[in-house]
Amino acid sequence: MALLGETGRLDRRTMLKGAAALGGVALASPAIISARGETPVKIGMVDPLTGAYAANAQNEVTGAKLAVSQLNAKGGILGRPIELLVEDSANDVGTGVQKARKLTERDEVSFLIGDVNSAVAQAIAQVSNEKKILHIVSGGHTDTITGKDCKWNVYRVCNTTTMEANSICSTLFEKYGKKWYFITPDYAYGHTLQAAAEADLKKLGGTTSGAELTPLGTTDFSAFLIKARAANPDVILVLVQGSDMVNCLKQITQFGLNTQVHVAGLQQELEALEGMPPEARIGVWMFEWYWKQPGVSGVDQFVADIRKVNNGKVPTARHWFGYTSVQTIVGVANQQKTLDSLKLAKALGNFELPPEVRLQPNKCYYREGDHQLMTSAFIGEAQAEGKDDPEDLFRVDKVIAGDKDAPPVDETGCKLQWPA
Amino acid sequence: MSAGAAKLIALTAVWALLAAAPFWAPLVGGYTALGARVLVLALAAMSVNFLLGFAGVLSFGHAAYFGLGAYGAGFALKFLAPSTPLSLLCGTLLGGIAGALLGLLIVRRRGVYFAMVTIAFGQVLYYIAFQWSSLTGGDDGLRGFARQPLDLGFAKIDILGDETAFYYFVLLCFALVVAVMGFILRSPFGRAMIAIRENERRARFLGLAVERHIWIAFTLSCFFAGFAGALYALVNNFADPRGLHYSQSGDFVMMAVMGGMRNFWGPLLGAAVFVVVQDYLSSVTVNWMSFIGLLFVLVVLFFPRGLLGFIRRRAPA
Amino acid sequence: MTQLLLFNVTNGLIIGAFYVLMALGLSLILNLSNVINFAHGGFLVIGGYIAYSVTPYVGFWGALLVAPPLTALIGFVVERILIRPLYGRDPLYGLLLTFGLAFMIEDGTRFIWGAQGKPVSVPAVLAHPLSAQFFFLTGYRLFMVAAALAVVALLFALLRYTKLGVRIRAGTLDLETVSALGVNVQALRSLNFAAGVFLAGLSGVLAAGQLGLEPTMGTGLLMPSFVAIIVGGVGSLTGTLIGGLLIGVASGLTAVFLPAASEAVIYVLMALILLLRPRGLFGEEGMMT
Repeated sequence: MALLGETGRLDRRTMLKGAAALGGVALASPAIISARGETPVKIGMVDPLTGAYAANAQNEVTGAKLAVSQLNAKGGILGRPIELLVEDSANDVGTGVQKARKLTERDEVSFLIGDVNSAVAQAIAQVSNEKKILHIVSGGHTDTITGKDCKWNVYRVCNTTTMEANSICSTLFEKYGKKWYFITPDYAYGHTLQAAAEADLKKLGGTTSGAELTPLGTTDFSAFLIKARAANPDVILVLVQGSDMVNCLKQITQFGLNTQVHVAGLQQELEALEGMPPEARIGVWMFEWYWKQPGVSGVDQFVADIRKVNNGKVPTARHWFGYTSVQTIVGVANQQKTLDSLKLAKALGNFELPPEVRLQPNKCYYREGDHQLMTSAFIGEAQAEGKDDPEDLFRVDKVIAGDKDAPPVDETGCKLQWPA
Repeated sequence: MSAGAAKLIALTAVWALLAAAPFWAPLVGGYTALGARVLVLALAAMSVNFLLGFAGVLSFGHAAYFGLGAYGAGFALKFLAPSTPLSLLCGTLLGGIAGALLGLLIVRRRGVYFAMVTIAFGQVLYYIAFQWSSLTGGDDGLRGFARQPLDLGFAKIDILGDETAFYYFVLLCFALVVAVMGFILRSPFGRAMIAIRENERRARFLGLAVERHIWIAFTLSCFFAGFAGALYALVNNFADPRGLHYSQSGDFVMMAVMGGMRNFWGPLLGAAVFVVVQDYLSSVTVNWMSFIGLLFVLVVLFFPRGLLGFIRRRAPA
Repeated sequence: MTQLLLFNVTNGLIIGAFYVLMALGLSLILNLSNVINFAHGGFLVIGGYIAYSVTPYVGFWGALLVAPPLTALIGFVVERILIRPLYGRDPLYGLLLTFGLAFMIEDGTRFIWGAQGKPVSVPAVLAHPLSAQFFFLTGYRLFMVAAALAVVALLFALLRYTKLGVRIRAGTLDLETVSALGVNVQALRSLNFAAGVFLAGLSGVLAAGQLGLEPTMGTGLLMPSFVAIIVGGVGSLTGTLIGGLLIGVASGLTAVFLPAASEAVIYVLMALILLLRPRGLFGEEGMMT
């Protein structure tokens, strides 16, 4: 099982108390601490390990666990071991909030990481803010997290939707033409992503031929595609994510639409490409991180390390998000020699990730004004089959530094309010 | 010891346990927020059981009214006025009125068909909440509101920052609604409900307006569910369509059945077991869903009368 | 515009045919076992994953033949062990049990095959549209319709002309009398349940060609089938057939005018039908009211 590691609570408790669980003997006693001298520093992680985003979330957890075991081998956090407590938000806000409270109130974690789902991420940010705990949003993309709902204690690793759009729109425009049709998921992520792309398109001098808002969990895209085809655009942009994207691209290729108009999109993930048949892996996309970066220091080592704990499979962007979230917290704490969330949140402004963590060619740092990580975008094309490796499903054409595609802080709507 | 005295002792014990929860829960690995969640979901399960256990009618779509209650409370706090009591009122009304209207379409059905139709109408409401994203926030949910401090005139109680104070607030709400429920069940109307459960044909012969009674019972239970939902919005400071989904309804029914649906307090026990087991298992194993599913199967096969029913049969009082 | 409408009606019929396949299985089980099978979406996923696992050895066509019977076998065992004790008890218990079973199946498939979706290709002969203009009429989709039609025709023929089928239909109307006539009702129910799960498994194999195969694939497909039954009328398989096609077309038509409502419209249709004709279109008088 992917989640078996050395440090997490999930597995250790499973072994210790798995049997007791059903008998209801032990309700939930405080974590048993291994005899390592110092009391461990606890980091809580809330992610949707079950439900529609399970694959992404489980990869984030695997990445985070790798970081924990590597860091513990190097002396941990301020000389104390790190303990990662993982909780399943089940892709549900109520559950996510409850788990965040469990981690902060009962387990008294010092830091919080999560969630893949933006809505859950924002809801648990409210909890972490209330408890004044440094919180790293690993994988929720909605702009507002580091925009108008930004908080002094919340930093984010993955891109904003605006950064994603800005990184790729000019490429799409040059390559495919100026009449765009959007297949957009009908929730905040999709709305903001489409709006950002349309703004870029307008600047470039193109027009929107149409847009379809599709409900999350749409299984059949044919009706939308019939409309999209009738509008006769230069390119159909698939903004839906996860299983919706798999469904949509599978149907597009079966309809042969990709032979009539161009098909591409903005954000793409290795998890989704691996879930599609080869013929559906088409178009230009942006990746938030990619495992094949010849000549960039540390990447090969990271890939090798992840393979060891991931059934031989390569890391995805999600692994890197989880890994970086833990590395960020521990890195800044060791640098500042404190566990105080307020001091650490202050120090994280303009904190630069060291090369062995950033794993990308460009400078990678948290922006002081909105707490957003300036991380690169990997622009390129999906590949039907991996050439050297079955998982090499993306050809990176260019890598754009985060601060080149991020809007200036005053456009994000973020006004940080620090506690007195 | 007479049965009455035993009952009194049991009741006192229940309330004492609930009132002291913030003190004993941390000692056994619980936490205050979990207590509030148990109470809220217990209330929802009791509202399902109000109908199921006492009128013998299974609604598998009660989450819809629960979820509407959450939205009602959220809308009130966000758009009307920053008042916690007002939000509870609005939530209760929204859930209850929707239930009253849809109930008119539903009450003529019985048995498995009644269950199907309630699921289906629940899904209608779920889809409305899911699709109407300009109002409800769609899949992202409704945010941007928070429960407000209680202003009693002479004192202000901070139920937002103080978890323990909030727990007692939820407990007070719980006690009030439970009292109302108990009162109704002891009234002539409550006895009529039980008569319908026991033998609908005979009740009809005796001149009871069965459809109208069931409609009123359904409506009342939707008001209760709406109230529970409004409280749920206050627990999370959030409302989303998932609260209306039929899977949530299934959880409520399960809580009622697991605790013992013929017993007034069964759903409370069921909710406590369900919430605690789920909370615990999901920290222990990523495969917690299998265990919860197995729990469902085992309860259905071996404890159809629920935990309280089981205990009662074992210990004839 | 007319063309767009025509396209969408045709397209709706295709989608409807798929709903019919799933809903008929659900309907069979409901009629004879009085169980609303919440695990039906789970059985669909099992069918899809079994097909995925055997495809490397037997190919797509082999998987299409192998996976549904294997799924039905699982269904048969489930009926024997878990559903049988519930007969004669309140329908509530069947609901809850299959509800829990759906949890176990979703988690079980995730445990066995992983959370990551699996790539499924359709045979190259079917993977193309028939013409550039009618691009939504792909070989695969027409094949799905043909398969659905064939199975539905076979099912109706079985129910009408074989002894077993006549008994199943009679059992739907009055199980006690059938039992009194000396028919082994237990065996009848087991077979019927397995047949329903067979249809779910077949739906799963077909769906995996169109959708991403992953543990949550079945969740979005259960409710439309459910609505198809209510619209058509509980107890009537013909009703289920019409109901499935109707919601497919309604959903396709709505997509022309108000795309966002294309999934919600089936519930609106259902509410309307319940208002005007509470039994559903083909529901029998006195059946499960």
